[in-house]
Amino acid sequence: MSLDQFWHYAPSLLSGFGVTILCWAVGSTLGLILGFAIALLRRLEIPPLNGLLRAFIELFRGTPFLVQLFLIYAGGPSIGLRLSATAAGILGLGLYASAYFAEIFRAGFAAVPAGQIEAAASVGMTPFHTMLRVTLPGALIAAVPAIVNMLIILTKETVVLSIITVPELMYQVQTMAAETFTAFDAIFAMAVFYWLLIEAVSRLGSQVETRVTAFLAHEARA
Amino acid sequence: MKPEVILHSFGYLTQAAGTTVAVSFAGIAFGFVIGALVCVARVSPRPWLRRLGAAYVSVFRGVPLLVQLLFVYYFLAKYGLDVPAIVAAVGALALSSAAYQAEILRGALNAVPRGQGEVATALGFSGLDIWRRVLLPQALRISTPPLINEFILLIKASSLVSVVGIAELTRVSMNIATQTYRPLEAYVGGGLFYLAINLCLAGLGAVAERRLAGAGGR
Repeated sequence: MSLDQFWHYAPSLLSGFGVTILCWAVGSTLGLILGFAIALLRRLEIPPLNGLLRAFIELFRGTPFLVQLFLIYAGGPSIGLRLSATAAGILGLGLYASAYFAEIFRAGFAAVPAGQIEAAASVGMTPFHTMLRVTLPGALIAAVPAIVNMLIILTKETVVLSIITVPELMYQVQTMAAETFTAFDAIFAMAVFYWLLIEAVSRLGSQVETRVTAFLAHEARA
Repeated sequence: MKPEVILHSFGYLTQAAGTTVAVSFAGIAFGFVIGALVCVARVSPRPWLRRLGAAYVSVFRGVPLLVQLLFVYYFLAKYGLDVPAIVAAVGALALSSAAYQAEILRGALNAVPRGQGEVATALGFSGLDIWRRVLLPQALRISTPPLINEFILLIKASSLVSVVGIAELTRVSMNIATQTYRPLEAYVGGGLFYLAINLCLAGLGAVAERRLAGAGGR
């Protein structure tokens, strides 16, 4: 492929990358919020609700992400859920991520020693205060590495959105490849690009991990 | 929602589930061979081999599987290798899985106490015998539960090979969806099959873990 051709496609590639970032950011945020809510609700141990939440987690962790996407995008209209490809992709990414984040937060909560919570109660902290000052910082410190790892995995999962025609980077590259008959070159460039992206995100991730852990440890002491 | 759509296509889905399991199993088996080689490279005393192994793991864990799959698919086409799509599908799954399996095996090797290799050397075992009789049997035992877990992940990842036209669960669900105009039922059906496969594997993993915990005490 000539450079001229590449420049012709540069705007669509750039917009594709924008959509990738958008889907990742919104989907991850949705997943984090939903996953945290599920983990909190599971702590209340209400019998029927607990079973439902466990079933939700098992369903979304036990089936392929691609099938979940098809179910939402193609199957959604049957139950009145009509979404654009991008909206369906973001919702799918969020639901998929929430199942994993729910388990990560649950493990985080489990890592807080029971003695700390008892100690907080014995010095007269209210349950709300204990949650905010003791349980939550402890749980988050334990969960941060797994959260960062999951965020990196989600970066890779955004590629799958191209299959339900979300106009993200992979989709734009495949369009370009089809129009210029340069499938191999385009995919090769794509592989290199994603590898560099994931390497960069991983490096950034471990830095963020150190910072966030230090911040939380400081908050817990303050 | 019409559950009878799922019942009508039960036969197709069962057959497709067989393909999914077969493709994933081939992927994990070939991946194990490549993964073992990568693992040996990663723990080798030669720095360049160690670096090569690390690079392999970094690339194949860093690049999304769909990109790897299309890369292998187009690579074979570009160099005129007229092979069926299934070769690209299994090849991509194996290459990708090898990176994860290499790390699992390396972790398991690290978990074998160092002294055992040294004792074997002191007793006059040859290098190959130390691997064959001391390190590998123990590393394999330790790595069985994570390898079964990797198999579950690969079953899910194999849904992506539907893109190159393999008639596995996801592809067949798509076909049922377009033929019956009932996408919801088709994908719920496909999803349930994935769930059933993975629950069986998870059960197998739990059994293996219990057995191995018992055997580890010797």
